Order: sequence, then C-alpha cells, then structure tokens
Amino acid sequence: MAVEQPTAREAEQTRIHNIGYRNYDGPRLGRAYARRSLYSQSLRGAYGLGRSVKSKVLPMLLFVVMCVPALIMVAVAVATKAKDLPVDYTRYAIIMQAVIGLYVASQGPQAVSRDLRFKTVPLYFSRPIETADYVRAKYAALASALFVLTAAPLIVLYAGALLAKLDFADQTKGFAQGLVSVTLLSLLFAGIGLVISALTPRRGFGIAAVIAALTISYGAVSTVQAIAFEQSSTGAVPWLGLFSPITLIDGVQTAFLGATSAFPGGEGPSSGQGLVYLIVVLGLIAGCYGLLMRRYRKVGL
Amino acid sequence: MDNRPVVDGRHPRTGGPAGGAATDGIRPQGDPYGPVRLESDADPAPWSDDRCGVRHYLRNVTVIATESLSKRFPRVTALDRLSVDVGPGVTGLVGANGAGKSTLIKILLGLSPATEGRAEVLGLDVATKGAAIRERVGYMPEHDCLPPDVSATEFVVHMARMSGLPPAAARERTADTLRHVGLYEERYRPIGGYSTGMKQRVKLAQALVHDPQLVFLDEPTNGLDPVGRDDMLGLIRRIHTDFGISVLVTSHLLGELERTCDHVVVIDGGKLLRSSSTTDFTQTTTTLAIEVTDTDEHPDGTLAVRDALHGRGIETHDGSGLPGAGHILLLTAEGEETYDLVRDVVADLGLGLVRMEQRRHHIAEVFKDSDEQRKEAVGHGG
Repeated sequence: MAVEQPTAREAEQTRIHNIGYRNYDGPRLGRAYARRSLYSQSLRGAYGLGRSVKSKVLPMLLFVVMCVPALIMVAVAVATKAKDLPVDYTRYAIIMQAVIGLYVASQGPQAVSRDLRFKTVPLYFSRPIETADYVRAKYAALASALFVLTAAPLIVLYAGALLAKLDFADQTKGFAQGLVSVTLLSLLFAGIGLVISALTPRRGFGIAAVIAALTISYGAVSTVQAIAFEQSSTGAVPWLGLFSPITLIDGVQTAFLGATSAFPGGEGPSSGQGLVYLIVVLGLIAGCYGLLMRRYRKVGL
Repeated sequence: MDNRPVVDGRHPRTGGPAGGAATDGIRPQGDPYGPVRLESDADPAPWSDDRCGVRHYLRNVTVIATESLSKRFPRVTALDRLSVDVGPGVTGLVGANGAGKSTLIKILLGLSPATEGRAEVLGLDVATKGAAIRERVGYMPEHDCLPPDVSATEFVVHMARMSGLPPAAARERTADTLRHVGLYEERYRPIGGYSTGMKQRVKLAQALVHDPQLVFLDEPTNGLDPVGRDDMLGLIRRIHTDFGISVLVTSHLLGELERTCDHVVVIDGGKLLRSSSTTDFTQTTTTLAIEVTDTDEHPDGTLAVRDALHGRGIETHDGSGLPGAGHILLLTAEGEETYDLVRDVVADLGLGLVRMEQRRHHIAEVFKDSDEQRKEAVGHGG
C-alpha cells in the first residue's frame, strides 16, 4: 500500500504533463452541421455577438431605435385607452425603413465583405461545405437578423395591444399579416444587401452602395409617383412602385395583407397588380440568390 | 515494403519497388499511367483505420495519385499530362512560380475540375468525392487569410466547426493544436497584432485542427525570417513524425525541402520533371567526382580528361554552381567499368588522379538532370 500510492500519483502526474499529439476520432458532423455553424456564427455576428465591443454598438443601437417607437406607441395606447394602435403592424416597417436600410448597409458588408477582404473564403471552400452552403448560410443569417430587427417591434406592439385589451382576433390577424410582410421584407433586403456587398471586398464601398441603392431607388420612385399623382395620372402610381424595394413590399401588403398603402393618395395596387408585385418580389429574391451563387462560384481559392 | 499485404482491405499498390521512388518519376513510355489505385478499390470505411489507431502503419497506401492530369485555361496550360504518385510522409512539391503547384492543389481539393485525366486523394476521386476529400484534408493557403479582428482561438474554433467538429471537440482541439504549433497566451489576442511567424502558425493550426490525414501547405515559409523558417520546417517535419499526418508542402526553394521532405516532386510548366525520394536525390552511388593534376603536356588536365571521356561516349558536366567547380568533373557511374575507364583514361593521358570519389547529389542538380531527361523523352517520344 505505502509503496503503491506514490506510484499511482506519479502516473497521474505523467498523464497531466503529457502534451503529445492526440488524434481526433470523435464524430465529424459534415456539411449540414458546418452550414448550421456558419449560419449561427453569421447571425450572431450580425448583432456583434462574438465580435469586438465596437462592432456591437451599431447593430444594438439600431435594434433599440427600431423598438423604442413601438414602446412609446404601446405606452400611449395603454395610457389613453385607445381603441386601436396608432400604427398598423404592416405600416411599421415602412415608417422605419431608414433604420432597416442602415442596418442592411452596415451588416450586409460585414457578413460577406470581410471574408472577401481578408481572403478567408478559400478556407471555407477547402472544407466540406460547397458554394451553395456558404451562400445559403450567409443569406439565411442576414435575413434572420433582419427578421429579428423588424419582428421585434411588432411583438412589442402586439403585446402592448393585448395589454391594452384591444380586440384579440383583430390584433392577431394584423400581427400575423405584419409578420408575413416583414418576412418578405427581410428576404428581399437581405438579398439586395448581400449581392451589393459581395461585389466589393471594401466594407466602406459596400455600406455606401447599399444605402445608395435603397435610398436613391425609394427617393426616385416616390418623387415620380408624387409627380404622377399631381398630374392626376393615378393609374401610373402603382406601376411605378415596382422600382424600389420598400414600395414593392408596400404594394404586396396593400394588395394581399390588408395594409393601407403609403403611396400618394393611397393609390395602392389592385390585386391583379399585386400579383405582379408578388412575382417581382419573389423573382428578386431568387435572382439575388442566383447572383450570389454566381459570384461565389468564381471565388475559389 | 510496398508489396506487403494490408490488413484493412486497402489494396497495396500493384507494383513499384520499395518507397515507390525510383520508377515513380518519368514513367516508361509504354506504361504512361503506371500503377495507380483506382477508385473502385476504395475501402468502404474510410475512418476505420483511425479508430483502430493503425494509421501510422499504413505506409504503403498511395496518398495522392494523378494520371495524365491536365488543366488548360484559355491562354495557358497550367498542368500538362501530369502523372505522379505520392506516398505517405512529407512530400515536397517544387516548382518555379507559375509552375502549376497551386492549380494542382486546387484540383486535388476537388475545387477545380481537371480538363482531362484524373486524380485521387486518399483513394477518393477528386471529381466526385470532393467533399469527402476536404473532410479528411487540411489546407494552408499561401496568401494571408486571417481576419484581424478576432482572436486565434475564436478563429480556429470556428474553422474546426466548419470542418464538422462538434462545439466541445472544436474548442478542445483548438487549444491542443494552437499549443502544438507554438501559440500560447497570445492566442486570446486579436490576430491583427500578430507577427508574420505567428500568423503562419495560426494558418497552420486551422489546417490541422480537424486532425486530417493529409495537409496541403502552400508556401508555408513565405515571408519568414531564417529563424522562423527553421521553426516552420521543424514543425512541418513534426506534423508527420509526431502527428502522423502526411504533408504535401510546396516551395520554390529546393534547399528547404532537402531537410524536411522524404520525397520531392518537381514540376515545371505543368509538367512533371522528377519525382523521387529525397535520399534518391542525394544518393551516393550515381555520381562520381574526379579531379586531376595539370601537366606540361596538358595544361588543363580537367579539359583533357573531359574530351577523352567524351571520346568514349561518357557524358560529364563541370558541376557549375558547386564548390570546386572548374576543377572537378562529374559523371554518372554506370558500374564498376566506369571506374576502370576513368582510371585508364587518366593513366593514358599521363595525369595524376587527385581524387575520384562518390559525390552526394546536390538537390539543385535535379533541374539539370531533368532537363536532360526531358530532352531524352522528347527525343524518344517524338
């Protein structure tokens, strides 16, 4: 006994100090797992989680800015015992489009330009994942991040509406319509943001280009719509809305999701035109995905 | 040892002498593809050898095999009918810039289709089993590939997960691997503040973190100072000896690979110049160095001997670039008779034979030899 004990302890110590190479013979979870890992890493990254403190500031700030008006509206509705919320669920994202645009512009480039700029992309493609996995993971991550950003205030509104004892069925319907609308919006904006960002390894260019694409198209469309409305060619107003992302979403939800249009004079598209809107939106989403695939097919090693 | 039967059902290579070295180079014209393991031979349980812990003993498996592999771009031919077998161990892939090294690695990773020919890595066809290959292979690119704003630990953990390691295993393997490549406390700091040597270590760690069977290291010593270079070469050696991982390392410096590699493959302009073991490159038997005195009759004894030997149909070269160049004549010893011939020639000329010794090949001579062989091959092949 007395002799054995120290030997046992010695053996333990040797084991502790043995830092020789160990082979890995555990599970290898393959492509689908790698894609999920990339998705969760990118989604966390879109809110600065797992990154430096500095990179958390902007996305978190935008998230707060996005939610604060909803909180105020809820507070007002509860305090004044209003019969309805001051803003429709579907309308909220349209009002807050500048914040959403800023978010896409800041996080789109961070999702893809970084990998291009620091040439990390070859490291991904030297692993089991394929181009499609990378594109899908990044697309899904940014779309999810946008959904979180746009759906969170709707949840605040809905919770507030229930607190204020507004009509349950009415509010639930509006909330569901709002969720469908922001889902479409998230997919569309994420696609546009990623396609533009993936063109340049420079983050600054990416940010500027995304902001320009979103604001210039909206500015141009709403100006031309206003002119058309003033010249009482109201028939052209809905068709013009096809040319900017946010008016597209507006058109779709006006036609199908019971929203009131933000177009001049409330001249939203009819359900026939709405179908065109929907096709264009879905086409754009698919087109963005296709463009991203093409872009990354060329970025091999 | 090549012909020893293997226990796990893998087929041993069907031919070739020990080490597979001597005949792997320029193959005889009649059998341009040589003995290549085909995919139909592939074993059904690729990781089983690991679990049994016998990976270190599978030395007679071909790790990389290409047959008549070509890659043509619209304007350039990057690879031109390259056929080469690479066994386990540390293999150097040498060639000037633009020789086709990186193109070869891309094809071997299954990322770029070959224009013609085929290739297998670890017995898996690159054209159809790219994902399976990439799961078992590590890759360290030549260029910088690290984001500066994350720490080495975070980055390598992420890369481990991208290789399919579960989160806990990814963290554990990352800590292990970073320690093995020599990164300690600094691994928690952002990579942006690292020296070139440390960055190279992180790049190496991300290639090793999933415990691959084979790693491709593209110019790992680029940009390192002499000490860093030595450290990196030592590390590469250890990847095979201590970790049991085969290595394909590219370089345009032959001297580096002389110390590190078991086997060297030389390509130039996408063509195979030579493939043989490092001991072959520097073996003692083939080259004979002779040095003679000058006499009044023959003011330049070396020149006289050379002419006389040429007269008897023996090729020589003056070993330019080597120590003692000009006074030393190098020739290939075909056998005992070469020694006798030299002795007779020198005696006939009345010169004094200062030395006649077997000379270790300097690895730099490879290019010279290969040029000759290439000319020969062209001459024969037409």
